[in-house]
Amino acid sequence: MEAHGPHSDDDLVRLLTHTGERVSRPDFDRYAEDLDAATLRAMWHDMSLTRAFDLEATSLQRQGELGLWVQSLGQEAAQIGSGYAMNGTDFVFPSYREHGVAYTRGVDLPEILRIFRGLQHGAWDPEAHRFHLYTLVIGAHSLHATGYAMAMDRDGLVGTGDPEHDGAVVCYFGDGATSQGDVNEAMVFAAVNNAPIVFFVQNNQFAISEPVTRQSRVPLAQRGAGFGIPFVRVDGNDVLACYAVTRWALERARSGGGPVLIEAFTYRMGAHTTSDDPTRYRSRADEDFWAERDPIARLDAYLTSLGELGDDAREAVAVEAKELGRRTRETVRSWERPAMTRMFEHVYAEPHATVEAERAWFERYERSFADQGVHA
Amino acid sequence: MPTFETFHMPDAGEGLTEADVVTWRVAVGDRVEVNQPLLEIETAKSLVELPCPVDGVVSELLAAEGETVDVGAPIARFDVDPDGVAPVDDAPVAQDAVVAEAVAEPVVAAPAPAAPAAAAPPAPAASSPAQEGSGAVLVGYGVKAGSAQRRPRRDGALDPIGGVEDASEYPVLAKPPVRKLARELGVDLTTVTPSGPGGLVTREDVEQASQARSARSLATYAADDQPWLESGYSKDGGRSTRVPVRSVRKRTAEAMVKSAFTAPHVTVFHTADVTETMNLVARLKADREFADVRVTPLLIVAKALLLAVRRHPEINASWDDEAQEIVYKHFVNLGIAASTPRGLLVPNIKDAHRLPLKELAVELGELTRLARDNRTPPAALGGGTISITNVGPLGIDTGTPILNPGESAILAFGAIREQPWVHEGEIKIRWVTQLALSFDHRLVDGELGARVLADVGRVMSDPAQGLVWG
Repeated sequence: MEAHGPHSDDDLVRLLTHTGERVSRPDFDRYAEDLDAATLRAMWHDMSLTRAFDLEATSLQRQGELGLWVQSLGQEAAQIGSGYAMNGTDFVFPSYREHGVAYTRGVDLPEILRIFRGLQHGAWDPEAHRFHLYTLVIGAHSLHATGYAMAMDRDGLVGTGDPEHDGAVVCYFGDGATSQGDVNEAMVFAAVNNAPIVFFVQNNQFAISEPVTRQSRVPLAQRGAGFGIPFVRVDGNDVLACYAVTRWALERARSGGGPVLIEAFTYRMGAHTTSDDPTRYRSRADEDFWAERDPIARLDAYLTSLGELGDDAREAVAVEAKELGRRTRETVRSWERPAMTRMFEHVYAEPHATVEAERAWFERYERSFADQGVHA
Repeated sequence: MPTFETFHMPDAGEGLTEADVVTWRVAVGDRVEVNQPLLEIETAKSLVELPCPVDGVVSELLAAEGETVDVGAPIARFDVDPDGVAPVDDAPVAQDAVVAEAVAEPVVAAPAPAAPAAAAPPAPAASSPAQEGSGAVLVGYGVKAGSAQRRPRRDGALDPIGGVEDASEYPVLAKPPVRKLARELGVDLTTVTPSGPGGLVTREDVEQASQARSARSLATYAADDQPWLESGYSKDGGRSTRVPVRSVRKRTAEAMVKSAFTAPHVTVFHTADVTETMNLVARLKADREFADVRVTPLLIVAKALLLAVRRHPEINASWDDEAQEIVYKHFVNLGIAASTPRGLLVPNIKDAHRLPLKELAVELGELTRLARDNRTPPAALGGGTISITNVGPLGIDTGTPILNPGESAILAFGAIREQPWVHEGEIKIRWVTQLALSFDHRLVDGELGARVLADVGRVMSDPAQGLVWG
């Protein structure tokens, strides 16, 4: 953690200090004006439940129920804040840690675990939720997202002035992805085509174990300048600020203003994945520093200072969180292995002769076993 | 009716095949809740705490602390309906269930005949034999035991395209770790009678074959055939106990041999009046700022060594034999030899040269606490640059320590005793200790070693010198 410099937490758009005091940012205040106490409480609720789910999933991995888990711990404000700024006309391309965004898009959280139990590559209908499937290849989806945004533009879904009609794309990735070719290509295309897309970088400061200080000499947001993409650095642990800058960027993109790059400066409080041991590459002092900047505690403090959050609400959420944990556990343990032939589905949108031949052979092969039915 | 569930060693990383059981946090008979800490394991990647998978009562712990267990092997059983009536457990877990082959022989939860199905929550994914037959690991590449099983074929139904080879084509079926064990023990796998499913040679088969092959002692003392140590086995008609060399003991042995036979060691000694250090320790103990940290003479000797390194950075180096270069470190990762339940470890304090005295005390306390609780993280064990071995608490005056591999100096800190000492021209009773510094004579000359040790002694005798050098 640098006190100053390109990767410090000063010079960020911030509406709430880490102790939960509201501070003014004349350029962004008006984008947070519509957040009334009920909405803020709903955000706090969603952040809390996302975290409870995340912790339960971590336990399930440790108990052998999941092959792998990717924690969103500490990034709840960036995800819930940006998620709340979207509407039903927008389309989201997540990477693989966006459990909070998934929640705001109406995905039932336990369903996400189908992927991490190895049952399915994607576990929800991307069209129904306007939320694409998780992409585990770093940055690969930034090109798909840009293409989708360019198509929205060509389909006349941008810049009509009708808020029911206009939409944009939000593409999430992490600090490490900004070093990938795909992401840079996506920004080139997005900029020159004026595509309606918001690149939302959750800079959690680590690409697995590689600190962001070893990836860029300038704040990641500034990379937008080279592509001609307006950019903003926001305090990723401040849900109000994340909401405000995303709303600003989306309004701009939907109205035909083109792409925006948002760097939400946050901290991955957990490991990269359950296969990782962060104590090998970062200090306890850093972890303590960021524990004091916990995004949920910050919103809690703000709502408490407004007299809008009490112990009854906290207890109710604790009960709900426990129930979500229980439901998650039972749901995961109840899942049957899917039919192996499912792997032939969705390879092509339309019937394909080669795939059909392979499926037929595979079914014959499966029938050759005495214990058929186990896999099919 | 009691209903049992078995917990299998999970793959806590991606594609891990085994893990060491470090500490159980529960005991048989304990009532447990979902997600409470169950045990700590050490994998090739990290120290990981596993949360409890069920609500219930611990009925059996199937793996001992210190034991290496294959991923997928059962490690604990729980009664998930402990308030049910008539506790009947008529299908006890086979004694060999904890050894390597347990995945291929899944432990059947033991429902009493009339157990209502609804009382048993669905077992974890890895407990159905049929599923394991095709590899229960869902992500990663850790499929192990189960993959050796073949699904039975229907007669005449074999598809000619891309069929699976018949298991009998293989002269010996054994997994790579078992083959490795056989090589190490000098056992010819073709002579071993397999006991695993489908003719698989198990780890136990190899161990038994190895033991049966060994010559028995001629002595016929009517001695105990119980092993002397729990982790060993009795041999030679009760005349000896053999303990397999593994884990920390193995690494210690390798490190010591490597160090002793590559680095020519020289040790220099120094006796110092450390009365002022003892006074300082007493003052710091009374200081409110140090109220919540442990202040010991070891803290001062650590600081003294850091000051000496600061003045003579050449001591903080290592010999790179391959590159024929001497590597001078710009940082000090200060190792402290610690006797732990796992054996001798030398965890180090990262970037100790940057720490003010209080932070050094905090880190030292943390390091000691983790070592004592057997929770030293693997990350603390690598990358040391210079070390201290504190032999004093054992009442020992000094020694000739062996270098931690990759380091070129180690300081032994002896017992501090009240002794007659000439102080300001008179014989006084003073606190006196012995300091010894071993160093790698390939890169550290006698003069440098002597200067470093003298500096440590100087600070110990007069901590105010630290102000001058700090």
